[in-house]
Amino acid sequence: MDQRLFVKGNEAVAMGALAAGCRYYFGYPITPQSDIPEYMARELPPLGGTFIQAESEIGAINMLLGASACGVRAMTSSSSPGISLKQEGLSYMAGSELPGLVVNICRSGPGLGGIDASQADYFQAVKGGGHGGYHLIVLAPHSVQEMYDLAMLAFDLSDQYRIPAMLLGDSVIGQMKEALTPHARPQVTLPAKDWAVEGKGTRSAQRIVKSLYLGDGELEAHNWKLHRRYELLREHEARWEALDVEDAELIVTAFGVTARIAKSAVRMARAAGLKVGMIRPITLFPFPGAAFAEATRNAKKVLCFELNTGQMVEDVRLSVARDADVYFYGRPPGAGSLPTPEELYAQIAAYCRRSA
Amino acid sequence: MNDMETPVFLAPRSLKKVITHFCPGCQHGSVHRLVAEALDHFSVQERTIGVASVGCSVFLYEYFDIDVVESPHGRAPAVATGVKRARPDRIVFTYQGDGDLAAIGTSEIIHAANRGEDLTVVFVNNTTYGMTGGQMAPTTLAGQKTSTSPYGRDIANDGRPMRMAELLTQLDGTAFSARVAVNTPRNVLAAAKVMRKAFQTQVEGRGFAFVEILATCPTNWGLSPLQANERIAAEMIPCFPLGTFKDWAGADGAASAGAGQ
Ligand SMILES: Cc1ncc(C[n+]2csc(CCOP(=O)(O)OP(=O)(O)O)c2C)c(N)n1
Ligand code: SF4
Repeated sequence: MDQRLFVKGNEAVAMGALAAGCRYYFGYPITPQSDIPEYMARELPPLGGTFIQAESEIGAINMLLGASACGVRAMTSSSSPGISLKQEGLSYMAGSELPGLVVNICRSGPGLGGIDASQADYFQAVKGGGHGGYHLIVLAPHSVQEMYDLAMLAFDLSDQYRIPAMLLGDSVIGQMKEALTPHARPQVTLPAKDWAVEGKGTRSAQRIVKSLYLGDGELEAHNWKLHRRYELLREHEARWEALDVEDAELIVTAFGVTARIAKSAVRMARAAGLKVGMIRPITLFPFPGAAFAEATRNAKKVLCFELNTGQMVEDVRLSVARDADVYFYGRPPGAGSLPTPEELYAQIAAYCRRSA
Repeated sequence: MNDMETPVFLAPRSLKKVITHFCPGCQHGSVHRLVAEALDHFSVQERTIGVASVGCSVFLYEYFDIDVVESPHGRAPAVATGVKRARPDRIVFTYQGDGDLAAIGTSEIIHAANRGEDLTVVFVNNTTYGMTGGQMAPTTLAGQKTSTSPYGRDIANDGRPMRMAELLTQLDGTAFSARVAVNTPRNVLAAAKVMRKAFQTQVEGRGFAFVEILATCPTNWGLSPLQANERIAAEMIPCFPLGTFKDWAGADGAASAGAGQ
């Protein structure tokens, strides 16, 4: 499997999911992610898998809930307005400790908004989205290759922790074409799915997948259990990419499409002799807070770029060393509003000059 | 063996021997029994997965000795679709109230039926939202007083009662659709037969099967259990006629009769 392919991000995520053993896809069309259901509709039947175009995003997420409850690898995908409809099901899946993959190729909102790239769904993705106080495992690819790699990782983490995973992409990453080197699924040992409903068979005890806990203290205990898993994720599964942070005086941070532009701006800054580094969160939940704490022992300035009016910056502020300053530069999504590398470079240069 | 030792009434194997939480005179218990008897009849308890919905029947897993997955309000047919697609050789049923199936979950039930999902849907119609305290349901009768139709259901404002068994009959994916009641011993016996047929439909892989059961909610109707039974006969059956509206066996019969000519 060492060929290089030239594919779209949306195709890459579908290919990664198939390589991860996903054989069930449930979805509903919405731009800019419809290539994913289209790919799955074509590729799953020959693999013996199942593709269903559901009646709605609500139908799709609940089909995912049912399939995941049976212990199989299954996924759905959508874009912002559709993900809003899936929040009910996501809360139920989180409460029922069900794994599964949800891909969100974000577009701009609120409401019908537009179909251009956006990072305005950060809060919805990492802070719960649905009711009840839960987290998803949230991964943010910034390249076509990562769409593939992180789809695989999402399934493994989701199965390991019994937490639904969300791949938070955007319309640029979903729609652009780049080189992709497909590879086999890494060998990982995952816990047996000894909770999956399958019919009792010869078991004496039934299995129940549920989120209703009415007995005295039961729900509190259940929520503590979920909380401890989120803590474990924070300890062990935070992932990020660090560039030139060792001697940096200013740390740039961005994820997804914005990170690509920011990388160019950081290279321009280094070429201009500015001591600038970059931290790109790959997991948005768990947020790589430790990377920021570590980097801001030296670098006392952090500049956060986002395609919204400031969402991830809140997590950055909670993560940096006490005496580090955090600045934000961004704008709400709207057609044609992606910042250029020059524009971000100008921000970096200005903040480098600025005395604290 | 003398007659005293011959059991004439056995508890279904698929039900646990526990006391239910249902109100006195509530017929969710009777319907549970009919479902369990059908599972026993086809010896499928070990390979059955129940899909619980939201409503007074949410504790399905406390009473049925089978694997169960719980679904959000109204979404049981979609959850069951995922289950059945992942485990096509299992017997999968949903158990839903009228608020669950005919209001919030209308889309899910219509599309599961239309896809011809190999599921059995048990639909308990008590013309009200039981669990939340007796509000108006899509099945509430014209003029019926509920906590959200305190002057009686006004069809000009609220629409007319929905007849789900007939509605789903229109869809080609529906293989079997019937309405029964559990208000008299005779009706219970008839309901048991229909329930078996609904599971036979799935055992034989014939597609989507739907059983609507007219049942009591004495608590929210403000009636005694006996009065509640009488209300089914006097008020509900005239609006929701009993019968089998679609039957694959009938279709098969017609086809073979045609072939013989
Ligand atoms: C999304 C959502 N909306 C509302 C509710 C509240 N709720 C719980 S049960 C129920 C109605 C159940 O009525 P029905 O389906 O007729 O079943 P019954 O209780 O009569 O058996 C409602 C509205 C809920 N749990 N979730
Ligand atoms: S409220 Fe009505 S439906 Fe619910 S258990 Fe009581 S009688 Fe039955």
